[in-house]
Amino acid sequence: MSRQRLGTAPATRAAQYVAVVCYLIFLGFPLLWLISTSLKSPQEFASIDPSFLPKHPDFSNFTDALEEQGLVRSMLNSLQVSVASTVLVLIVSLPVAYALARFRSRLRPITNGWILVSQVFPVILIVIPLFMILRPLHLTNTIPGVVIVYTVWSMPFALWMLQGYVAAVPRELEEAASVDGASRVRTIVSIVMPLLRPGLIATAMFTFISAWNEFFFALVLLQDPQLKTLPLVLARFVGAEGQVQFGPLAAASVLATVPSLVFFAFLQRRLTSGLLSGAVKG
Amino acid sequence: MSAVTTGRPKQNREAIYLFLPALLPILLFSVYPLLRGLALGFTDAKAGLHVQTNFIGFGNFSKLLHNDLFWSSFKIGLIWTLSVTILQFVAALGLALLLNTNLRFRGVARTLALIPWAMPPVVVAIMWRLLLHPTNGPVNEILQNLHLTDHPINFLGNFSTALPAVIVVGIWVGMPMTTVTLLAGLQGIDRSLYEAAAVDGAGGWHQFWNITLPQLRTVIVAITSLDMIWNFNSFGLVYVLTAGGPGGKTMLPMLFAYNEAFRYGNFGMAAAMGDVMVVIIIVFLAFYLRNRLRSQA
Repeated sequence: MSRQRLGTAPATRAAQYVAVVCYLIFLGFPLLWLISTSLKSPQEFASIDPSFLPKHPDFSNFTDALEEQGLVRSMLNSLQVSVASTVLVLIVSLPVAYALARFRSRLRPITNGWILVSQVFPVILIVIPLFMILRPLHLTNTIPGVVIVYTVWSMPFALWMLQGYVAAVPRELEEAASVDGASRVRTIVSIVMPLLRPGLIATAMFTFISAWNEFFFALVLLQDPQLKTLPLVLARFVGAEGQVQFGPLAAASVLATVPSLVFFAFLQRRLTSGLLSGAVKG
Repeated sequence: MSAVTTGRPKQNREAIYLFLPALLPILLFSVYPLLRGLALGFTDAKAGLHVQTNFIGFGNFSKLLHNDLFWSSFKIGLIWTLSVTILQFVAALGLALLLNTNLRFRGVARTLALIPWAMPPVVVAIMWRLLLHPTNGPVNEILQNLHLTDHPINFLGNFSTALPAVIVVGIWVGMPMTTVTLLAGLQGIDRSLYEAAAVDGAGGWHQFWNITLPQLRTVIVAITSLDMIWNFNSFGLVYVLTAGGPGGKTMLPMLFAYNEAFRYGNFGMAAAMGDVMVVIIIVFLAFYLRNRLRSQA
């Protein structure tokens, strides 16, 4: 838009379309290949001349993947961990985000510093002490242990997003409520929270996806095969190459991506603006 | 809102109440581990039921200096970080400029742009292993059909191709976010600047160098310094793609540290590696903070 004047030369225009198409292929082809593989029979996958689209698409890879006990259990584990940490993150973060957006307290620069540091710190330095703290509490190799870690480590980003949403709620509404004699807590619950709903939903989805996708903490903290989350089980599948069945693996990967896709269907636009206001303005 | 702190006592007190529920978990599971992690590098901590740690000063660091794998992981980490960040930035800038014009599938392109970034990194790695598979992967198929090679290439398994292959995947994952950020920056540029320039007879190229780039400066420094830090710290993607192999050719610093800690049980050594990473990150961060302070001033 910005550099384009009305009469862009047709050649330039054509070049632009070629570039966009290249980009769509670069971004889209891998995704399509994954989906297409998930719909192919083993014979078709192994054929010397793989075709882009499956010749006889069927869902047997999906049913095979779902019959794999370890996989279903890992999905349930992931679901538990993600839901629990999302709920906890929201409960703990909302008051803090409110305080950050509304009060000029000394805690604000400290918290913002912590948010930045925790985003850039190498996780290896965090995970070793966490491991050492959680073990005497008998929380390594447990779902609650992972939930605690995810809750605390999703907070920085949740706070970053929520602060912005709180700041967007007009102060006048709260002032009106306090003139009417409502307490601070009452004001937050009955005035701010309803207006924050879209922001809370966006933050919840973001937290859910981070927990659903998380790999490193889970890898270190969960050893018991019964407790492993979906990313761990998927990674183990690949590690066992040779006997690995690519069709069911692709199907399971597609299933693992579904939450992200839902997430985007809901909040593509809002998310980008929310992330950006945080990233650029801080 | 200004970031000035006027520590008003009443506001401070109210803020503290709101912080209370978060305070203990943050102190115990975030602040303490951050500090403890930094300190661990100076100890001989080992994995084991009863960790007894002794302060050993710079012992781990001097051992690292004599470890060839440390130096190579470091070099690989820098190559990976710089290649992914720079290449993805150039591609993303071109793309953002494109998406900022009134092209047709702009909406599609933008929506698609964020999906890779939200996909589980493990799934991204699996997907690329399918794509790059030596016998069943479409990339080899296409290259052979185009007669660019006469034998299948095991991209992730060859000494010479593993790192470049992993870098391509890194670009694929990181580019979308950078593009969307730059696009937002582009949309924030005042159009009248371009109109004025056009009146003065400045062509597209001139406008790009003298308006677009300078106007985007803050956004560019912010996103590239953060990208560098994220890339430098990355783990899961390469762990599943190659696990650092073949022959350590894709052994990123985080993979090295992970192996040290959880394969060989050398917590202190791994933490020392983490400390070295922190020093590098501080350099990247300095650019980001300086830029941020300047843009707020």
